[in-house]
Amino acid sequence: MSERTLRGKAAIVGIGQTPYYKHGQSPDSEFKLALMAVVNACSDAGISPHDVDGFASYGNDRSDAGRLAAALGCREFRFSNMFWGGGGGGVCGAVANAAAAVATGMADCVVAFRSLAQGQYARYGRGAPVTSVGGDDAFIFPYGMMSPAQRFAMKITRFMHEHGIKHEALRAISLACYHHAQNNPNAVMRGKPLDEAKYDNSRWIIEPFFHLYDCCLENDGAAAVIVVAADRAKDFPHKPAYMLGAVQGCDHRSAAPVHNMPGYDSSHFCSLAPHLYRMAKMGPKDMQVVQCYENFTGGVLMSLIEHGLVQPEQANEFLVKENLIAPDGRMPLNTSGGNLAECYMHGLELVIEAVHQIRGDAINQLKRNDTAIVIGGPMVTPVSSLILGSEAAL
Amino acid sequence: MSEFYLPEGLPAPSAAPDGLSQPYWDGAREGKLRIQRCRGCGAWQWGPEWVCHRCHSFDLAWEDITGRGRIWSYQRPHHPVHPALNGHGPYIVVLVELPEYGGVRMVGNLLGDPRQEVRIGAPVEAVFEHHKDYSLVQWKLSL
Repeated sequence: MSERTLRGKAAIVGIGQTPYYKHGQSPDSEFKLALMAVVNACSDAGISPHDVDGFASYGNDRSDAGRLAAALGCREFRFSNMFWGGGGGGVCGAVANAAAAVATGMADCVVAFRSLAQGQYARYGRGAPVTSVGGDDAFIFPYGMMSPAQRFAMKITRFMHEHGIKHEALRAISLACYHHAQNNPNAVMRGKPLDEAKYDNSRWIIEPFFHLYDCCLENDGAAAVIVVAADRAKDFPHKPAYMLGAVQGCDHRSAAPVHNMPGYDSSHFCSLAPHLYRMAKMGPKDMQVVQCYENFTGGVLMSLIEHGLVQPEQANEFLVKENLIAPDGRMPLNTSGGNLAECYMHGLELVIEAVHQIRGDAINQLKRNDTAIVIGGPMVTPVSSLILGSEAAL
Repeated sequence: MSEFYLPEGLPAPSAAPDGLSQPYWDGAREGKLRIQRCRGCGAWQWGPEWVCHRCHSFDLAWEDITGRGRIWSYQRPHHPVHPALNGHGPYIVVLVELPEYGGVRMVGNLLGDPRQEVRIGAPVEAVFEHHKDYSLVQWKLSL
């Protein structure tokens, strides 16, 4: 039996984004944003949207794949896929599902995308405007625990308590993201630099570990990537970013109700990360840049540790801004600004940034750019992560 | 001064849509803390589910338990995310572990001063907050 793997079987050959907006400021509807991102990604790949034959998304994306295929006049529509779960847990999973489709011959040219206009629909940072709640929510909403930040805060409190990690480690993550965004013309927080004093003086969203700048933005926009089989990857104008490894899921019973998951203080990658590195035939030390989804900085911290990129006992010492910034930091993190400072595009902007780094045309470009790890939506269930690489990394 | 820890107007709990948690809410109404225990293997289970995750028995009993636990984790939200909380100020949510019952955990508010220092591991006990149409399990520090 041949080796079962996605390693080297698929590549991202096109990337597309819309302008990014503060929530409520997009002049275009959410579905139009999705169309624009796909058209832009096709243009980048040098193909017509007529050639797209599949769509993969996540986070209960409202832009229906069938409507997209019809609107764009796709000649064939052979793959449609929605990754379960909320938030950005599925960002890497959607890309991996697209890769699996093209690697197995189910489709030839699949778009993984996310469109999100929080200003036109519900904002993630608000509790749902309901008078009654059932299911799992009945056990938390009446206690004033409704937003994503509130759902995750106690995981982070416990993790920091267990490992003795200080808030300054989280601050460094935020500072690095804002630093990178200052050069990025598409970043929502360009022109709004962050320093230690501004971070420390920002208001509490939640004590003890959520200052304002530990929390992601709420934005409007869309982003898309074009995934094809590896044997065609060189037929497109840009340097391909090959899939080296991908995982999705979560740890044992991570979705256990009312916060009863056995591994409580976790981003849910503990049992997944070894599979990721095994498929990629690489280890954490081989990752030249890290794009890690910041719903909240505490989720980044746990994700980095669970992917072996930072050791918990070294976190206070290692997680300082100088180590996390391009081009010379020891572990450049979120080099476009990420969810904190570029745009909360549910992490697809992180995948696009990883592709830019591998192509060599990133705004904050690294000198070593053959591998990139992308980590999606920590603390939700399911989560996902992937490793991309240049041809030299194959 | 309201007799409730948080202002009224927050979403009310319901056993809908499937009735799975009805015995818990009925228990709270009577001032009893009630969780699931598997008749097949004896395991305590929380939150409620239709099947035992250990032995896959569907024969799950509801048992009244003593409300003694210890604080496993906590948060003090400041930013209001619901209109009922506008202008209210910070409050404390705790995750309480119940060591006598397989270490299951429950969520609630920690009664008392919302600005008090919270210590992980502190012993707490369940108290009941009776609203017009439902009752909430809350937690107070044990003396």
